[in-house]
Amino acid sequence: MKYVDEYRQEALARKLSDEIGKTVTRPWVLMEICGGQTHSIVKYGVDYLLPKAVELVHGPGCPVCVTSLEMIDKAHCIAVRPDVIFCSFGDMLRVPGSEVDLLIVKSRGADIRIVYSPLDCLKIAKANPGKKVVFFGIGFETTAPANAMAVWQAKKEGIRNFSLLVSHVLVPPVMTAILQSPLNRVQAFLGPGHVCAVMGYREYEPISRRYKIPIVITGFEPADLLDGILKTVSQLEAGHAEVENQYSRVITRDGNIPAQKLINRVFEVCDRKWRGVGSIPKSGYKLQYDFRDHDAERIFEVEEIDTQESPLCISGLVLKGVKKPHECPAFGKECTPEHPLGATMVSSEGACAAYHAYRRHGIGVTA
Amino acid sequence: MCLAIPGKVIETLESDGLKVAKVSFGGMVKQVCLEYTPDAVPGDYVLVHVGFALSRIDQEEAERTYKLLEELGQLTELDS
Repeated sequence: MKYVDEYRQEALARKLSDEIGKTVTRPWVLMEICGGQTHSIVKYGVDYLLPKAVELVHGPGCPVCVTSLEMIDKAHCIAVRPDVIFCSFGDMLRVPGSEVDLLIVKSRGADIRIVYSPLDCLKIAKANPGKKVVFFGIGFETTAPANAMAVWQAKKEGIRNFSLLVSHVLVPPVMTAILQSPLNRVQAFLGPGHVCAVMGYREYEPISRRYKIPIVITGFEPADLLDGILKTVSQLEAGHAEVENQYSRVITRDGNIPAQKLINRVFEVCDRKWRGVGSIPKSGYKLQYDFRDHDAERIFEVEEIDTQESPLCISGLVLKGVKKPHECPAFGKECTPEHPLGATMVSSEGACAAYHAYRRHGIGVTA
Repeated sequence: MCLAIPGKVIETLESDGLKVAKVSFGGMVKQVCLEYTPDAVPGDYVLVHVGFALSRIDQEEAERTYKLLEELGQLTELDS
Protein backbone atom coordinates (compact mmCIF):
# COMPACT_ATOMS: atom_id res chain seq x y z
CA MET A 1 0.00 0.00 0.00
CA LYS A 2 2.02 2.94 -1.24
CA TYR A 3 0.29 5.67 -3.16
CA VAL A 4 -1.22 8.85 -1.78
CA ASP A 5 -4.53 8.89 -3.59
CA GLU A 6 -5.25 5.22 -3.05
CA TYR A 7 -6.01 5.56 0.57
CA ARG A 8 -9.55 6.81 0.64
CA GLN A 9 -10.56 5.48 -2.76
CA GLU A 10 -13.83 3.71 -2.55
CA ALA A 11 -12.66 0.98 -4.93
CA LEU A 12 -9.69 0.09 -2.74
CA ALA A 13 -11.83 0.13 0.39
CA ARG A 14 -14.39 -2.11 -1.30
CA LYS A 15 -11.64 -4.49 -2.50
CA LEU A 16 -10.26 -4.80 1.04
CA SER A 17 -13.77 -5.17 2.42
CA ASP A 18 -14.52 -7.97 -0.10
CA GLU A 19 -11.26 -9.70 0.85
CA ILE A 20 -12.24 -9.53 4.53
CA GLY A 21 -15.64 -11.03 3.63
CA LYS A 22 -13.96 -13.92 1.77
CA THR A 23 -11.53 -14.55 4.64
CA VAL A 24 -13.96 -14.62 7.55
CA THR A 25 -15.73 -17.92 8.35
CA ARG A 26 -16.87 -17.22 11.94
CA PRO A 27 -17.50 -14.29 14.31
CA TRP A 28 -14.51 -12.31 15.59
CA VAL A 29 -14.25 -9.37 18.01
CA LEU A 30 -11.42 -6.88 17.37
CA MET A 31 -10.51 -3.84 19.42
CA GLU A 32 -8.85 -0.70 18.09
CA ILE A 33 -6.83 0.79 20.92
CA CYS A 34 -6.23 4.30 19.60
CA GLY A 35 -8.85 7.04 19.92
CA GLY A 36 -7.72 8.51 16.61
CA GLN A 37 -8.55 5.20 14.95
CA THR A 38 -11.96 5.16 16.68
CA HIS A 39 -12.69 8.63 15.30
CA SER A 40 -11.65 7.58 11.78
CA ILE A 41 -13.68 4.32 11.91
CA VAL A 42 -16.84 6.13 12.97
CA LYS A 43 -16.44 9.13 10.64
CA TYR A 44 -15.76 7.07 7.51
CA GLY A 45 -18.07 4.19 8.42
CA VAL A 46 -15.28 1.61 8.25
CA ASP A 47 -17.37 -0.77 10.38
CA TYR A 48 -20.19 -0.56 7.83
CA LEU A 49 -17.82 -2.09 5.27
CA LEU A 50 -17.25 -5.19 7.40
CA PRO A 51 -19.21 -8.43 7.37
CA LYS A 52 -21.56 -8.85 10.34
CA ALA A 53 -19.24 -11.53 11.71
CA VAL A 54 -16.51 -8.95 12.40
CA GLU A 55 -17.27 -6.72 15.38
CA LEU A 56 -15.12 -3.71 16.23
CA VAL A 57 -15.12 -2.55 19.84
CA HIS A 58 -13.53 0.70 20.89
CA GLY A 59 -10.66 0.69 23.36
CA PRO A 60 -9.38 3.02 26.08
CA GLY A 61 -6.93 4.86 23.81
CA CYS A 62 -8.05 8.41 24.47
CA PRO A 63 -5.71 9.97 27.04
CA VAL A 64 -8.16 12.74 27.90
CA CYS A 65 -10.87 10.14 28.59
CA VAL A 66 -8.81 7.89 30.85
CA THR A 67 -7.15 10.57 33.03
CA SER A 68 -8.50 9.67 36.46
CA LEU A 69 -11.16 11.78 38.13
CA GLU A 70 -8.86 12.00 41.15
CA MET A 71 -6.14 13.58 38.98
CA ILE A 72 -8.63 16.03 37.42
CA ASP A 73 -9.72 17.08 40.93
CA LYS A 74 -6.06 17.45 41.97
CA ALA A 75 -5.53 19.73 38.97
CA HIS A 76 -8.45 21.86 40.13
CA CYS A 77 -7.02 22.07 43.69
CA ILE A 78 -3.69 23.30 42.33
CA ALA A 79 -5.12 25.61 39.65
CA VAL A 80 -7.23 27.66 42.10
CA ARG A 81 -4.19 28.71 44.13
CA PRO A 82 -3.34 32.41 43.65
CA ASP A 83 0.39 31.67 43.40
CA VAL A 84 -0.09 29.23 40.49
CA ILE A 85 -0.17 29.55 36.73
CA PHE A 86 -1.73 26.27 35.60
CA CYS A 87 -0.93 25.18 32.03
CA SER A 88 -2.62 22.42 30.05
CA PHE A 89 -3.38 21.11 26.60
CA GLY A 90 -6.73 22.53 25.52
CA ASP A 91 -8.47 19.13 25.47
CA MET A 92 -8.36 18.90 29.27
CA LEU A 93 -10.25 22.09 30.08
CA ARG A 94 -13.74 20.69 29.51
CA VAL A 95 -13.24 17.32 31.20
CA PRO A 96 -15.66 17.14 34.11
CA GLY A 97 -14.21 16.72 37.58
CA SER A 98 -16.30 15.78 40.59
CA GLU A 99 -17.92 19.22 40.64
CA VAL A 100 -16.58 21.48 37.87
CA ASP A 101 -14.16 21.54 34.95
CA LEU A 102 -11.02 23.66 34.44
CA LEU A 103 -12.93 26.12 32.23
CA ILE A 104 -15.24 26.92 35.13
CA VAL A 105 -12.24 27.18 37.47
CA LYS A 106 -10.70 29.64 34.96
CA SER A 107 -13.93 31.65 34.73
CA ARG A 108 -13.77 32.08 38.50
CA GLY A 109 -10.40 33.82 38.19
CA ALA A 110 -7.74 31.10 38.18
CA ASP A 111 -4.76 31.72 35.88
CA ILE A 112 -5.14 28.75 33.53
CA ARG A 113 -3.36 28.81 30.16
CA ILE A 114 -3.54 26.53 27.13
CA VAL A 115 -0.14 25.70 25.69
CA TYR A 116 0.97 24.02 22.47
CA SER A 117 4.02 22.35 23.97
CA PRO A 118 5.23 21.72 27.53
CA LEU A 119 8.37 23.70 26.61
CA ASP A 120 6.11 26.80 26.47
CA CYS A 121 5.67 26.41 30.24
CA LEU A 122 9.39 26.92 30.78
CA LYS A 123 9.16 30.32 29.04
CA ILE A 124 6.14 31.21 31.20
CA ALA A 125 8.04 30.14 34.33
CA LYS A 126 11.06 32.30 33.42
CA ALA A 127 8.79 35.28 32.72
CA ASN A 128 6.92 34.85 36.02
CA PRO A 129 9.55 34.10 38.71
CA GLY A 130 7.09 34.96 41.50
CA LYS A 131 4.61 32.31 40.36
CA LYS A 132 4.62 28.52 40.39
CA VAL A 133 3.99 27.21 36.88
CA VAL A 134 2.39 23.77 36.74
CA PHE A 135 1.83 21.71 33.61
CA PHE A 136 -0.83 19.00 33.47
CA GLY A 137 1.27 16.16 32.02
CA ILE A 138 -1.31 13.75 30.69
CA GLY A 139 -1.10 11.37 27.77
CA PHE A 140 0.12 8.07 26.43
CA GLU A 141 3.66 7.22 25.36
CA THR A 142 3.29 9.62 22.41
CA THR A 143 3.28 12.62 24.77
CA ALA A 144 5.84 11.32 27.28
CA PRO A 145 8.95 12.44 25.32
CA ALA A 146 7.74 16.06 25.33
CA ASN A 147 6.99 16.07 29.06
CA ALA A 148 10.27 14.30 29.84
CA MET A 149 12.18 16.98 27.92
CA ALA A 150 10.38 19.82 29.73
CA VAL A 151 11.36 18.42 33.14
CA TRP A 152 14.90 17.61 31.96
CA GLN A 153 15.37 21.18 30.69
CA ALA A 154 13.86 22.72 33.83
CA LYS A 155 16.38 20.83 35.98
CA LYS A 156 19.25 21.62 33.62
CA GLU A 157 18.43 25.35 33.48
CA GLY A 158 17.57 25.60 37.19
CA ILE A 159 13.96 26.66 36.56
CA ARG A 160 12.73 25.87 40.07
CA ASN A 161 9.22 27.31 39.67
CA PHE A 162 8.15 24.73 37.05
CA SER A 163 6.53 21.44 37.97
CA LEU A 164 4.61 18.66 36.28
CA LEU A 165 1.36 17.10 37.45
CA VAL A 166 2.08 13.69 35.96
CA SER A 167 -0.73 11.45 34.77
CA HIS A 168 0.89 9.38 32.05
CA VAL A 169 -0.66 6.09 31.01
CA LEU A 170 0.79 3.21 29.00
CA VAL A 171 -0.83 1.08 26.32
CA PRO A 172 0.57 -2.47 26.86
CA PRO A 173 -0.60 -2.79 30.51
CA VAL A 174 -4.16 -1.75 29.68
CA MET A 175 -4.24 -4.28 26.84
CA THR A 176 -3.18 -6.92 29.35
CA ALA A 177 -5.84 -5.73 31.81
CA ILE A 178 -8.52 -6.02 29.11
CA LEU A 179 -7.39 -9.54 28.20
CA GLN A 180 -7.39 -10.62 31.86
CA SER A 181 -10.87 -9.25 32.57
CA PRO A 182 -13.62 -11.86 33.03
CA LEU A 183 -15.78 -9.61 30.82
CA ASN A 184 -13.26 -9.71 27.96
CA ARG A 185 -14.56 -10.42 24.46
CA VAL A 186 -11.54 -9.09 22.53
CA GLN A 187 -9.78 -11.65 20.32
CA ALA A 188 -7.31 -9.35 18.54
CA PHE A 189 -6.05 -5.78 18.66
CA LEU A 190 -5.38 -3.10 16.09
CA GLY A 191 -2.27 -1.51 17.63
CA PRO A 192 -1.82 2.25 18.08
CA GLY A 193 0.12 3.83 15.20
CA HIS A 194 1.61 6.97 16.72
CA VAL A 195 2.29 5.47 20.15
CA CYS A 196 4.49 2.97 18.30
CA ALA A 197 6.27 5.84 16.50
CA VAL A 198 7.85 6.47 19.92
CA MET A 199 7.96 3.01 21.47
CA GLY A 200 8.20 0.70 18.46
CA TYR A 201 6.38 -2.60 18.83
CA ARG A 202 8.79 -4.97 20.57
CA GLU A 203 6.86 -4.65 23.85
CA TYR A 204 3.69 -6.02 22.22
CA GLU A 205 5.37 -9.29 21.23
CA PRO A 206 5.26 -10.89 24.73
CA ILE A 207 1.55 -9.97 25.03
CA SER A 208 0.80 -11.57 21.68
CA ARG A 209 2.71 -14.72 22.66
CA ARG A 210 1.31 -15.01 26.18
CA TYR A 211 -2.35 -14.51 25.26
CA LYS A 212 -2.08 -16.07 21.78
CA ILE A 213 -3.63 -12.96 20.27
CA PRO A 214 -2.90 -11.14 17.01
CA ILE A 215 -1.80 -7.52 17.35
CA VAL A 216 -1.57 -5.55 14.10
CA ILE A 217 0.00 -2.08 14.37
CA THR A 218 -2.29 -0.01 12.16
CA GLY A 219 -2.53 3.48 10.66
CA PHE A 220 -5.48 5.85 10.57
CA GLU A 221 -6.67 6.00 6.97
CA PRO A 222 -9.83 4.01 6.21
CA ALA A 223 -7.77 1.78 3.91
CA ASP A 224 -5.11 1.41 6.60
CA LEU A 225 -7.79 0.31 9.03
CA LEU A 226 -9.36 -2.14 6.56
CA ASP A 227 -5.90 -3.50 5.70
CA GLY A 228 -5.16 -3.87 9.43
CA ILE A 229 -8.48 -5.66 9.95
CA LEU A 230 -7.77 -7.98 6.98
CA LYS A 231 -4.34 -8.85 8.39
CA THR A 232 -5.90 -9.43 11.81
CA VAL A 233 -8.74 -11.72 10.68
CA SER A 234 -6.32 -13.59 8.38
CA GLN A 235 -4.21 -14.39 11.45
CA LEU A 236 -7.28 -15.37 13.48
CA GLU A 237 -8.66 -17.63 10.76
CA ALA A 238 -5.26 -19.30 10.31
CA GLY A 239 -4.80 -19.79 14.06
CA HIS A 240 -1.75 -17.50 14.12
CA ALA A 241 -0.94 -14.96 16.81
CA GLU A 242 1.86 -12.48 16.22
CA VAL A 243 2.61 -8.79 16.07
CA GLU A 244 2.34 -7.51 12.52
CA ASN A 245 3.16 -4.02 11.24
CA GLN A 246 0.57 -2.70 8.79
CA TYR A 247 1.92 0.86 9.25
CA SER A 248 5.52 0.25 8.12
CA ARG A 249 5.48 3.57 6.22
CA VAL A 250 5.91 5.23 9.63
CA ILE A 251 6.58 2.59 12.30
CA THR A 252 9.70 0.54 13.00
CA ARG A 253 10.12 -2.28 15.50
CA ASP A 254 12.49 -0.23 17.66
CA GLY A 255 10.68 3.12 17.59
CA ASN A 256 12.44 6.36 18.52
CA ILE A 257 15.46 5.40 20.64
CA PRO A 258 16.49 8.95 21.76
CA ALA A 259 12.93 9.57 22.96
CA GLN A 260 12.82 6.27 24.85
CA LYS A 261 16.19 7.05 26.49
CA LEU A 262 14.98 10.35 27.92
CA ILE A 263 11.65 8.85 29.03
CA ASN A 264 13.58 6.19 30.94
CA ARG A 265 15.93 8.81 32.42
CA VAL A 266 13.13 11.06 33.74
CA PHE A 267 10.19 8.74 34.45
CA GLU A 268 9.70 5.40 36.14
CA VAL A 269 6.82 2.98 35.77
CA CYS A 270 4.13 3.10 38.47
CA ASP A 271 0.60 1.86 39.15
CA ARG A 272 -1.98 4.25 37.69
CA LYS A 273 -5.71 4.80 38.05
CA TRP A 274 -7.65 4.94 34.78
CA ARG A 275 -10.95 6.75 34.65
CA GLY A 276 -13.76 4.26 34.29
CA VAL A 277 -11.37 1.31 34.42
CA GLY A 278 -9.75 1.48 37.87
CA SER A 279 -6.18 0.98 39.00
CA ILE A 280 -3.92 -1.01 36.67
CA PRO A 281 -0.51 -2.20 37.94
CA LYS A 282 2.54 -0.68 36.25
CA SER A 283 0.39 1.19 33.74
CA GLY A 284 1.74 4.71 34.14
CA TYR A 285 4.79 6.90 34.53
CA LYS A 286 5.77 9.02 37.52
CA LEU A 287 8.82 11.23 37.94
CA GLN A 288 11.99 9.62 39.24
CA TYR A 289 13.36 10.73 42.63
CA ASP A 290 16.06 12.89 40.98
CA PHE A 291 13.29 15.10 39.57
CA ARG A 292 11.21 15.38 42.79
CA ASP A 293 11.67 19.19 42.85
CA HIS A 294 9.51 19.31 39.71
CA ASP A 295 6.78 16.94 40.94
CA ALA A 296 3.59 18.96 41.44
CA GLU A 297 1.89 16.25 43.51
CA ARG A 298 4.74 16.40 46.03
CA ILE A 299 5.16 20.18 45.97
CA PHE A 300 1.48 20.99 46.52
CA GLU A 301 0.85 18.04 48.86
CA VAL A 302 -2.35 17.18 47.06
CA GLU A 303 -3.87 14.59 49.35
CA GLU A 304 -6.08 11.69 48.39
CA ILE A 305 -9.32 13.25 47.21
CA ASP A 306 -12.87 11.98 47.52
CA THR A 307 -14.25 11.84 44.01
CA GLN A 308 -17.78 11.59 42.72
CA GLU A 309 -18.53 10.22 39.25
CA SER A 310 -21.90 10.78 37.62
CA PRO A 311 -24.08 7.77 38.47
CA LEU A 312 -25.56 7.89 34.94
CA CYS A 313 -22.28 7.60 33.01
CA ILE A 314 -21.14 4.16 31.75
CA SER A 315 -17.88 5.40 30.21
CA GLY A 316 -15.90 2.76 32.09
CA LEU A 317 -17.75 0.00 30.27
CA VAL A 318 -17.33 1.87 26.98
CA LEU A 319 -13.57 2.26 27.56
CA LYS A 320 -13.23 -1.48 28.21
CA GLY A 321 -15.14 -2.34 25.05
CA VAL A 322 -17.95 -3.99 26.99
CA LYS A 323 -20.64 -1.49 25.92
CA LYS A 324 -21.14 0.79 22.92
CA PRO A 325 -21.78 4.53 23.53
CA HIS A 326 -25.40 4.45 22.36
CA GLU A 327 -26.16 1.75 24.92
CA CYS A 328 -25.79 4.34 27.69
CA PRO A 329 -29.17 5.63 28.90
CA ALA A 330 -27.74 9.16 29.17
CA PHE A 331 -26.25 9.21 25.63
CA GLY A 332 -27.52 12.21 23.67
CA LYS A 333 -29.94 13.10 26.49
CA GLU A 334 -28.36 14.15 29.79
CA CYS A 335 -24.90 13.66 28.20
CA THR A 336 -23.90 15.61 25.06
CA PRO A 337 -20.64 17.24 23.87
CA GLU A 338 -21.99 20.56 25.16
CA HIS A 339 -22.82 19.09 28.60
CA PRO A 340 -20.66 15.97 29.02
CA LEU A 341 -21.16 13.70 32.02
CA GLY A 342 -18.06 11.68 31.26
CA ALA A 343 -14.72 12.27 29.58
CA THR A 344 -15.53 10.00 26.62
CA MET A 345 -18.03 12.67 25.49
CA VAL A 346 -15.44 15.50 25.76
CA SER A 347 -12.53 14.60 23.53
CA SER A 348 -13.02 14.12 19.79
CA GLU A 349 -11.13 10.85 20.27
CA GLY A 350 -13.65 9.65 22.84
CA ALA A 351 -15.98 6.96 21.54
CA CYS A 352 -19.10 8.73 22.86
CA ALA A 353 -18.17 12.05 21.21
CA ALA A 354 -17.42 10.28 17.91
CA TYR A 355 -20.75 8.43 17.99
CA HIS A 356 -22.58 11.66 18.80
CA ALA A 357 -20.79 13.68 16.09
CA TYR A 358 -21.58 11.15 13.37
CA ARG A 359 -25.10 10.34 14.61
CA ARG A 360 -24.49 6.76 15.64
CA HIS A 361 -27.52 5.87 17.70
CA GLY A 362 -27.47 2.11 17.39
CA ILE A 363 -28.10 1.98 13.65
CA GLY A 364 -27.70 -1.52 12.33
CA VAL A 365 -24.48 -2.33 10.52
CA THR A 366 -24.80 -2.95 6.82
CA ALA A 367 -22.33 -5.36 5.31
CA MET B 1 -4.53 14.15 21.54
CA CYS B 2 -2.32 11.19 20.72
CA LEU B 3 -2.08 11.88 17.00
CA ALA B 4 1.03 13.42 15.48
CA ILE B 5 0.75 16.05 12.75
CA PRO B 6 3.07 16.11 9.73
CA GLY B 7 4.96 19.27 8.86
CA LYS B 8 7.83 20.44 6.66
CA VAL B 9 11.11 21.59 8.21
CA ILE B 10 11.83 25.11 6.95
CA GLU B 11 14.87 26.11 8.99
CA THR B 12 16.88 24.56 11.84
CA LEU B 13 18.29 26.58 14.73
CA GLU B 14 19.11 26.37 18.44
CA SER B 15 17.03 27.58 21.37
CA ASP B 16 18.06 27.28 25.04
CA GLY B 17 20.58 24.61 24.09
CA LEU B 18 18.02 22.51 22.19
CA LYS B 19 17.96 21.74 18.49
CA VAL B 20 14.75 23.24 17.13
CA ALA B 21 13.22 24.03 13.75
CA LYS B 22 10.67 26.24 12.13
CA VAL B 23 8.14 23.77 10.76
CA SER B 24 5.33 24.56 8.35
CA PHE B 25 1.95 22.88 8.85
CA GLY B 26 -0.07 23.72 5.77
CA GLY B 27 1.40 27.23 5.82
CA MET B 28 1.24 27.80 9.59
CA VAL B 29 4.80 27.95 10.93
CA LYS B 30 5.57 26.81 14.48
CA GLN B 31 8.74 26.14 16.44
CA VAL B 32 9.33 22.41 16.95
CA CYS B 33 11.95 20.60 19.02
CA LEU B 34 14.18 18.32 16.91
CA GLU B 35 16.06 16.63 19.76
CA TYR B 36 14.39 13.28 18.97
CA THR B 37 14.97 13.55 15.21
CA PRO B 38 18.39 15.23 15.18
CA ASP B 39 19.10 14.27 11.57
CA ALA B 40 16.15 16.23 10.18
CA VAL B 41 17.19 19.02 7.81
CA PRO B 42 15.30 21.74 5.92
CA GLY B 43 13.08 20.15 3.28
CA ASP B 44 12.41 17.02 5.39
CA TYR B 45 8.92 16.09 6.62
CA VAL B 46 8.45 15.18 10.27
CA LEU B 47 5.59 13.87 12.41
CA VAL B 48 5.09 16.36 15.23
CA HIS B 49 3.26 15.87 18.51
CA VAL B 50 2.87 18.71 21.05
CA GLY B 51 5.85 20.59 19.67
CA PHE B 52 8.25 17.64 19.27
CA ALA B 53 9.23 15.86 16.07
CA LEU B 54 8.91 12.11 16.68
CA SER B 55 9.88 10.66 13.30
CA ARG B 56 10.82 11.58 9.75
CA ILE B 57 8.39 10.59 7.02
CA ASP B 58 8.27 11.00 3.25
CA GLN B 59 6.35 13.76 1.50
CA GLU B 60 3.56 11.47 0.27
CA GLU B 61 2.87 10.16 3.74
CA ALA B 62 2.99 13.70 5.15
CA GLU B 63 0.47 15.04 2.63
CA ARG B 64 -1.87 12.10 3.07
CA THR B 65 -1.81 12.22 6.86
CA TYR B 66 -2.23 16.01 6.96
CA LYS B 67 -5.28 15.78 4.71
CA LEU B 68 -6.81 13.05 6.88
CA LEU B 69 -6.23 14.96 10.13
CA GLU B 70 -7.75 18.07 8.54
CA GLU B 71 -10.87 16.08 7.63
CA LEU B 72 -11.04 14.62 11.12
CA GLY B 73 -10.73 18.09 12.70
CA GLN B 74 -7.57 16.98 14.49
CA LEU B 75 -5.35 20.00 13.78
CA THR B 76 -6.66 22.07 16.70
CA GLU B 77 -3.47 21.73 18.75
CA LEU B 78 -1.80 23.99 16.18
CA ASP B 79 -4.11 26.82 17.28
CA SER B 80 -2.69 26.84 20.83
